[in-house]
Amino acid sequence: MEYFIQQLINGVTLGSIYGLIAIGYTMVYGIIGMINFAHGDIFMVGAFIALITLLAVTAMGITFLPVALLIVLIISMLMTSVWGWGVERLAYRPLRGSFRLAPLITAIGMSIVLQNFVQVVQGARVKPLPPQITGGITIMEKDGFLVQLSYMQILIIVTTVLLMAGFTLLINKTSLGRAQRACEQDQKMASLLGVNVDRTISLTFVMGAALASVAGVMFLLYYGVIDFYIGFLAGVKAFTAAVLGGIGSLPGAMLGGLLIGLIETFWSGYFSVEYKDVAAFSILAIVLIFMPSGLLGKPEVEKV
Amino acid sequence: MSDILLSLKGVKTYYGKIVALRGIDLDVHRGEIVTVIGANGAGKSTTMMTICGVTRAREGQIIYDGENITTLPTHQIVKKAIAQSPEGRRIFGRMTVLENLQMGAAVIDYAHFEEDLRMVYDLFPILEKRQSQRGGTLSGGEQQMLAIGRALMARPKLLMLDEPSLGLAPLVVKQIFEVVKELNEKQGLTVFLVEQNAYHALRLAHRGYVMINGQITMSGGGKELLSNPEVQAAYLEGGRH
Repeated sequence: MEYFIQQLINGVTLGSIYGLIAIGYTMVYGIIGMINFAHGDIFMVGAFIALITLLAVTAMGITFLPVALLIVLIISMLMTSVWGWGVERLAYRPLRGSFRLAPLITAIGMSIVLQNFVQVVQGARVKPLPPQITGGITIMEKDGFLVQLSYMQILIIVTTVLLMAGFTLLINKTSLGRAQRACEQDQKMASLLGVNVDRTISLTFVMGAALASVAGVMFLLYYGVIDFYIGFLAGVKAFTAAVLGGIGSLPGAMLGGLLIGLIETFWSGYFSVEYKDVAAFSILAIVLIFMPSGLLGKPEVEKV
Repeated sequence: MSDILLSLKGVKTYYGKIVALRGIDLDVHRGEIVTVIGANGAGKSTTMMTICGVTRAREGQIIYDGENITTLPTHQIVKKAIAQSPEGRRIFGRMTVLENLQMGAAVIDYAHFEEDLRMVYDLFPILEKRQSQRGGTLSGGEQQMLAIGRALMARPKLLMLDEPSLGLAPLVVKQIFEVVKELNEKQGLTVFLVEQNAYHALRLAHRGYVMINGQITMSGGGKELLSNPEVQAAYLEGGRH
């Protein structure tokens, strides 16, 4: 039982990170129908910006951790957003209206560019960061087995919940969110109602990148090791999460992220660490066989 | 301020290499209801989409309110208070009726939102009853009303309607045309109406144009065209309707 609860906590933490990245995939797919394969690498860029900022902030003598982390979070979000915006502007917008495969190819290209760029300027070796937030709460103890909820995990889960709540509100209640949903359903009509479609698409990339950068910051602080290649696997997992939840669906991405995180953690905890990715992808395959549009991506039944 | 609100001068539009509009000249005066009638594929909807810049005029000019809008991006054209209820209505099916109406008001500031919403609900009371229902679940007639209501939320100076009668029951068509007439008479709203239902359209309109194969072949007053033998033969089944 104790072991189960510990795995549950670990799974939710990992799932939060996947969920934050998955939102970027699902939103971009919803609005322009393409898979932004460079999104995982945007997450990686976010983690690197966070690391550099943290070192800079510490060098400047800001040692009070909450303030330092807040600065890191804000700067990483802002700068990663610029990267996300730039990727869309350079690699996808010029291809809008061309055949469907074209932006997919440039997306893979952008992914390689970002990885190599970071590899060249930051080096290929892994970058370690000593644990910044230590300690935690012991929830249970039995026969010497401690169920631990670390402060870091609390931070990750609370941040994710807050961000997702805020984000859901933004999409459902504000005029900006409405414009985004309108572009998702019918770009031509949205432009006929005065929505600047290009700008709305740019903003979607910016939001996706900002959330991915938060995931990057959390990843950096949680695992304490990053390199230029972390975006690949995290990206594939988050993409899987988006598909599992139903690509194009916002709550689907959150649910999918959580599930992938839980599946991976429980598989590692009870069966084998080596096959955790196999487990996650197998469950994806099984779900897609029985529910082709994912868990929450129900095709809308529309009356004519 | 000139009397002419919208004028098309020699507008040619292509889909790839295929000519859709072969040089359209037409004028819409302030406070007028102008209709374009014609068969399927004549280029009526293309004319409307070209005015809004969704399809681009390759030649010719579109002058609106004294300004050349031929090459402006769509979202800027419609900000000049041109609203349309497009072909197929294009309701946002996964948004509620209220959200659809809010989208209509997206071009202007929201200061008059409540007031405009009241006006639309008074014109089409059924929309108020359905306001939290998803657009996709409405019937065809209700969707058409929503499309017109959404266009009105933009406080248009020029309201463009593309086949508002398509696929609707005669009673609903009558109701919609009465609303258009009322808007024109009471508020002086300028209306540009594209229709296949020539009889209704010409009875409503002050002036009309007949379009065949991407060209205007005839024009005149609504009543005048209605009694024209050629129009009768081609579009009114020998005058019976």
